[in-house]
Amino acid sequence: MTGARKLLVHHLKNSMQSLQEAQKLSGHTERVWCVSWNPSGTLLASCSSDKTIRIWGKEGENWVCKSVLTDAHTRTVRSVSWSPCGQYLAAASFDATTSVWSRKGGEFECLATLEGHENEVKSSSWACTGSLLATCSRDKSVWIWEVTADEEFECASVMSTHTQDVKRVKWHPTKELLASCGYDDTVRLYREESDDWECCNTLKGHSSTVWALDFNQTGNRLATCSADCSLKIWQEYEPGNAEGVNTTDNISVWKCVCTVSGFHERPIYDVSWSTLEDLLVTAGGDDSLCVYREVLTADAKNSPKFEMVARVRGAHAEDINSVVWSPSEKGLLASASDDGDVKLWKLLQEA
Amino acid sequence: MVSLDNANPVVFLRRKERHVLPEEEDDDVTDKFDSREVFDLIRVINDPEHPLTLEELNVVEESNVKVDDDANAVYILFTPTIPHCSMATLIGLSIRVKLLRALPSRFKVDVKISPGTHDSEHAVNKQLADKERVAAALENSHLLEVVNQCLVRRATG
Repeated sequence: MTGARKLLVHHLKNSMQSLQEAQKLSGHTERVWCVSWNPSGTLLASCSSDKTIRIWGKEGENWVCKSVLTDAHTRTVRSVSWSPCGQYLAAASFDATTSVWSRKGGEFECLATLEGHENEVKSSSWACTGSLLATCSRDKSVWIWEVTADEEFECASVMSTHTQDVKRVKWHPTKELLASCGYDDTVRLYREESDDWECCNTLKGHSSTVWALDFNQTGNRLATCSADCSLKIWQEYEPGNAEGVNTTDNISVWKCVCTVSGFHERPIYDVSWSTLEDLLVTAGGDDSLCVYREVLTADAKNSPKFEMVARVRGAHAEDINSVVWSPSEKGLLASASDDGDVKLWKLLQEA
Repeated sequence: MVSLDNANPVVFLRRKERHVLPEEEDDDVTDKFDSREVFDLIRVINDPEHPLTLEELNVVEESNVKVDDDANAVYILFTPTIPHCSMATLIGLSIRVKLLRALPSRFKVDVKISPGTHDSEHAVNKQLADKERVAAALENSHLLEVVNQCLVRRATG
């Protein structure tokens, strides 16, 4: 098969996909802000303005609510994140605290409440080693907490590089490299340098709040989404890269290599990069979900192209705040909305 | 004594009450939301500083209310009485909350400052458009009380 023909076949095959609603999970009494799969994909955590966290698991063919975690927060629970071992769940709240739950023995127990941020905590993320937890807040700071052997959390660093509200933090999948984004329209990367954490990159390009970000599976790309209604793909260029992109102080640079726009009509609140396939999904204030796949191109590293392969308008009755691919089942994803529901979707190849 | 941002605002006449047509009271007739209806919801909001409504201060005008019922879209521009009005965010928040409570949840509501009428136009617009900050603000009981005071219907003469 010639290159051109191969490309065409690939294109046709991928153009014909659809997202089908698999199940609706109702239970939260107010808007749902975030959904998060545990690392094995057997449990789904969701959190809401109703101040609770719900844990959903599969029974037979259906997903059901296994537990409701209450009484840890006095205000909205904005986001939830699982540790890499799946034993801990961190929940960030507008009450300025982050609660950490332990799942030993099947039951969830609140292990610690991390205090320090001045106001709303927006997001938390566990490093790949499980020994660091990052949190961020409207107070413009990003905190890194060390998890000690006896399950204590100690603040290792406070970084105040952002000039505004920090919306999201996310660790690199394999390195101790942290990314954050927010209301100042920027993305920042941090690394540990001679015993202290420092901001090593600032990525500018979005023209409004950057709501979310996600690394690809290998961690050499970053996807960001924004209130400017666009999705951007950033490529890492390591020191001494073949392309001749300048780096200083032996630190990689990240360049925007692709901007995907025109699919969402209102702010894009979340983006997720599948760890099983090269697929991205975005969710937005226009109640829709969009799935994208990279198209084969001659210079995929430096000028990749992404095509939309599936879209559901009106996927929820109101804004969609969160979307995430299952880490264990290809094509399965979960979404959460202002309408109070969590939904499971399957990406199907159309016949 | 608290000093007011704008001590002597120009006061405008209120619009007459809308004439309700018989079919609008007929439950069997599907009646789309129009700009006058949405304007009626926000024109009675109290100004945070003066014993006057947003309509009487010309902060809101019917011509600055756009409604597309089929597209579930409501677009509102409001005009602070002076370009450095420190109450602009609170006024915008009050309009947003009023519509959040009064309109069906299917509507996407945008509330912005009329272009060129405020020194911090971009900053205020960005804050009002940020659903997370609006949600967090409304969990603040003190701020919610202030917003509610703007939304309480005063006896009109």
